Amino acid sequence: MQSDDKPLPRMRPPTAGFANRRYGGGFAPAGQVLLRYAALIAVALVFIGPFAWLLSTAMKSGSENIFQYPPQFLPQQPTFQNFGRVFQALPFLSYFVNSAFVAAMAVSCNLVFCSLAAYPLARMSFAGKNPIFLVLISTMMLPFQLLMIPLYSIAVALGLNNSFLGLMIPHACTAFGIFLMRQAFLTIPHQLEESARVEGVSRLRIWWHVMLPLSKPALATLAVFTFVGVWGDFLWPLVIMDDQAKFTLPLGVNKLSGAFGKDWRLVAAGAILSIIPTIAVFLFAQRFFISGALKGAVKG
Amino acid sequence: MFRKLTPYLFLCPAMLIIGIFVLLPMASALVISFSDYNMIEAHRFAGLDQYRRLLKDPFFWNALYNSLLYLLVVVPVLSFAPVFLAALVNRKLPGIAVFRGIYYLPVVTSLVVTGLMWKWVYEENGVLNFILRNLGLMSEPIAWLATPSVSLFAVMAVTVWSGMGFYMVIYLAGLQSIPKALYEVAELQGVSRIRQTLFITIPMLRPYIALVAVISSIAAMKVFDEVFIMTGGGPLGQTETLVFFVYQNAFIEFDMGYASAAGMALFAATFALSVLNLMLARDSGYAKR
Repeated sequence: MQSDDKPLPRMRPPTAGFANRRYGGGFAPAGQVLLRYAALIAVALVFIGPFAWLLSTAMKSGSENIFQYPPQFLPQQPTFQNFGRVFQALPFLSYFVNSAFVAAMAVSCNLVFCSLAAYPLARMSFAGKNPIFLVLISTMMLPFQLLMIPLYSIAVALGLNNSFLGLMIPHACTAFGIFLMRQAFLTIPHQLEESARVEGVSRLRIWWHVMLPLSKPALATLAVFTFVGVWGDFLWPLVIMDDQAKFTLPLGVNKLSGAFGKDWRLVAAGAILSIIPTIAVFLFAQRFFISGALKGAVKG
Repeated sequence: MFRKLTPYLFLCPAMLIIGIFVLLPMASALVISFSDYNMIEAHRFAGLDQYRRLLKDPFFWNALYNSLLYLLVVVPVLSFAPVFLAALVNRKLPGIAVFRGIYYLPVVTSLVVTGLMWKWVYEENGVLNFILRNLGLMSEPIAWLATPSVSLFAVMAVTVWSGMGFYMVIYLAGLQSIPKALYEVAELQGVSRIRQTLFITIPMLRPYIALVAVISSIAAMKVFDEVFIMTGGGPLGQTETLVFFVYQNAFIEFDMGYASAAGMALFAATFALSVLNLMLARDSGYAKR
């Protein structure tokens, strides 16, 4: 249960060397390490198993009975045909484009608006600062599902239903993002900003040339979180999109399962296609996700 | 003069968006809940009628009951199980990042896909029944999602499965914040590993456990996607949660006033839970940082 993930003894007084015994410094019993790996793999199977089963189903050919018992774990004649069939069954390619477009818009809006709002909250003093911050933070507690009904009316009133803008805009700026960026800005040394202020550089340029470049990990975290959230969003698109040409991937996958429910090869193939981009982003940004994200969250 | 406006200009876009798309809807949800509104005719003031209807509606009580049961099962599991997961991956071993990644994978997977995936796993002739039968854990296959007595728990399991990785990361940060000196002293004094866990690790993790309890209870009250995809609220309304109830009344029945009243009940429940959680955290003396 110990935390031994940080760089080890270097900075510790030599007397602490005793504790190294358990940090695998030659003394760690091989049996314990093996046991740990066994546990790691067993748990990993629980998490990856359903994905593997889905992939296996997606790669089974039409001649195979996918409902047979006992289930066949591996496809007998693995094929990629089902993935092609998805594109014939539904306009999946345009769902991809739609999802990508909405996600790109939401990510850019969040990066700009959240970091703009976070700057004065982190670095300026002005009337109403604390109340504004409190109101922003407390909106994190509001369940979206409660806001959905009036949001739908507002979207209809603004003519935003059935449009990508309407789909995106409730995600365009989140309190979570503002909070995250504010935490990042708070850690930037004041001196950098002050010397620029003395030179007469405007606040906007300081934001762009000093604050943003020094907050890249936070910006990356925000981008990835927004992307994953918007990419997987289901309820709001379900409510606001009627026009099937404007469906995003989750709606498309849902439609696929509604229309071809019995053909699990096809449904599985569609489901897998729809998560490939998220997985790619995740692999690319894993270090931000798993370490950077919550550093300031608790102590904040 | 302009100087004084600067902070507000920075805040302006964010405040506009949050104002129009969060604060305004919040206020208008309250107004709609006091009215009879179906999107076609104009609002008609209905006082507390919608709330009275709620109190008499067995479907509402059923949904509330299901949501609370959801909470009572899912929150304790999600508050403690990920601690073990975090402890498991909190080791510098070759390949550990891969395991962390695998455990986190469900978190980034859209719930629509997760729901479909598990629906397929839960099939009567599916892998789960096969595995459980082969392990000798049961003799007859179960239709997990179609059997009223187990369906809600089957959906809960999916919520837990997809959330574990997220909470694991929070606890990982928690474990890594515990000063190693504590363990070193304990080790020198011959304190057993189990006692180290009980008297160092768990107490030091208290603020993190409180945080996870708050986040996971808010999340548990909002469950929708899994239910929609896997069961559609069935069998016999056994998996109908509060959010599902709100969705159905609002966007299937177009009974917006009634749905908003149910939404306000959902909000009240979420709010009360968060306050309760925070109070408990404060009582244990750890929320002061």
